Formats: sequence, structure tokens, C-alpha cells
Amino acid sequence: MKVDIRKQGSTLIAQVAGEMDLHTSEAFRLAIDPAMASLAVKNLILVLTNVSFIDSSGVGAILGRYRTVKERQGRMVLVGLCPAVKRVLDTAGVLQITEIADSERRALARL
Amino acid sequence: MSKEPKNVLHMEFSSRSENIAFARTAAAIFAAQLDFTVDQIDEIKVAISEAVSNAIIHGYKSRSGMVRLDLRLFDDAVEAVVSDDGAGIADIAWAMQPGRTTDADRMGLGLVFIKEYMDDMKLESQPGEGTRVTMRKHLTAQLQH
Repeated sequence: MKVDIRKQGSTLIAQVAGEMDLHTSEAFRLAIDPAMASLAVKNLILVLTNVSFIDSSGVGAILGRYRTVKERQGRMVLVGLCPAVKRVLDTAGVLQITEIADSERRALARL
Repeated sequence: MSKEPKNVLHMEFSSRSENIAFARTAAAIFAAQLDFTVDQIDEIKVAISEAVSNAIIHGYKSRSGMVRLDLRLFDDAVEAVVSDDGAGIADIAWAMQPGRTTDADRMGLGLVFIKEYMDDMKLESQPGEGTRVTMRKHLTAQLQH
């Protein structure tokens, strides 16, 4: 699991690479939570282009960050979902509450 | 489903989260001996990941123990059994409902995913003795939907 973080305006952009499960969700949280806390951001863009697998632990990690975003009255956009990841997020109902964009640029344009 | 498996695989590993990816990848490669679609293989990976995660989190909690994965390949199906010697589940009917969890970040979705992505699922447990999840995925199931 690798998470690259950068800030653009009031948005945190996290590029995630790897598989999101029980083992890696802690690294995901540790990469994003301190950045959300220390940088003055309210929106979160998760670029998941290089995420090939996700299970309920990964879904929980995403929904945990979604709660933080909502507390700040911000928005979360998911970018680059492969079919396997999209299917799991759909089954979990995540796609009903978060936004999806084709690219980071389009995600930023929305916010 | 024919009675005799054409192939079997038994794995036993420590209840460490590093081993979850290993277990689901092994199950995916094993299942790929049958003509499953890519989507079906992805579903098997999720189901195995959930069952092994449950054994680690709920079965053993912070203790260390061994998790077993038994795979059996039939002409028209794959069967996976994930078992542990952990805490067990006192109320299986309660555990099977969506949102039932002792771990807020996993949303109680683990068993929901297994039920959704596998064709048959059986959960057996004795408090204090362990839990055993038996899952099957049939080759023809997608044609029946």
C-alpha cells in the first residue's frame, strides 16, 4: 500500500496504490487522517486507479474518511475505479453516497 | 456438483493480516483451474478475504492462532472452507445480519459480501471452540441469474 498526498486549495488529493484490505487499511488511515487534520482541507479526492482489490475492511477505511469529510461539510470524489473495486463499492452502497469522476482533473473541476 | 474433488489444497497460516492477501490470491489461482469469468474470480477473492479477516479479527482478536483454508475443486464448482480455533460466535443469526459488527470500520459487511458473491454459504460455530465458514461457487451460476 502506497499513498501519495497533496493539497490543492481546500481539497486533499490522495493517490492510492495497492490492495485495500484489513492489513493495508491502517496505512491508508495513517496517511490520510493526519493530513486531513493538519491541512485546512474539507474535500477529499481518492485516486484509486492503481487499486486492484478492495474488501469490506477497505470499504470501511473509505467510509471512515467520508465521515470526516462530511463533518467538515466537504465532498468526497472517487477516481479511477477498476471493475472489481467498483463492484464491491456498489455492493456496499458507497457509490450511492460518494461522487465518481473519470480523472483527477475532472474531480477537481467539480469541487 | 460431483462428489469427488478433482483437486484439493490445504493451507494453514498464522492469524496475521499479512496473510490475507496470500490466502485470497491462492484461492483465486486455484479456482482459475475452472472456466470462471474474471468477475467471478474477483468475487471469490473478496469472499476469501472476508472469511480470513473475520477469523483474524473476531476469532482470535488480538491473540495469535492458526487459520485454515481448505479448497476443493469439482467439475462444476469450487468449495472453500475457512476455519479457526478462536472465540466462536454465540448467535449466528445475529452475526449474519448486515451492520452487525464489533469493529466500526468494517461496517459489518464481511458476511454480507460472502453471501452476495458466493452461491452457497454455511456458517458453523461453537463459542470457545472456533468458527468454520463453508462457501461454494458454481460455474453455471451466472447463467441462472
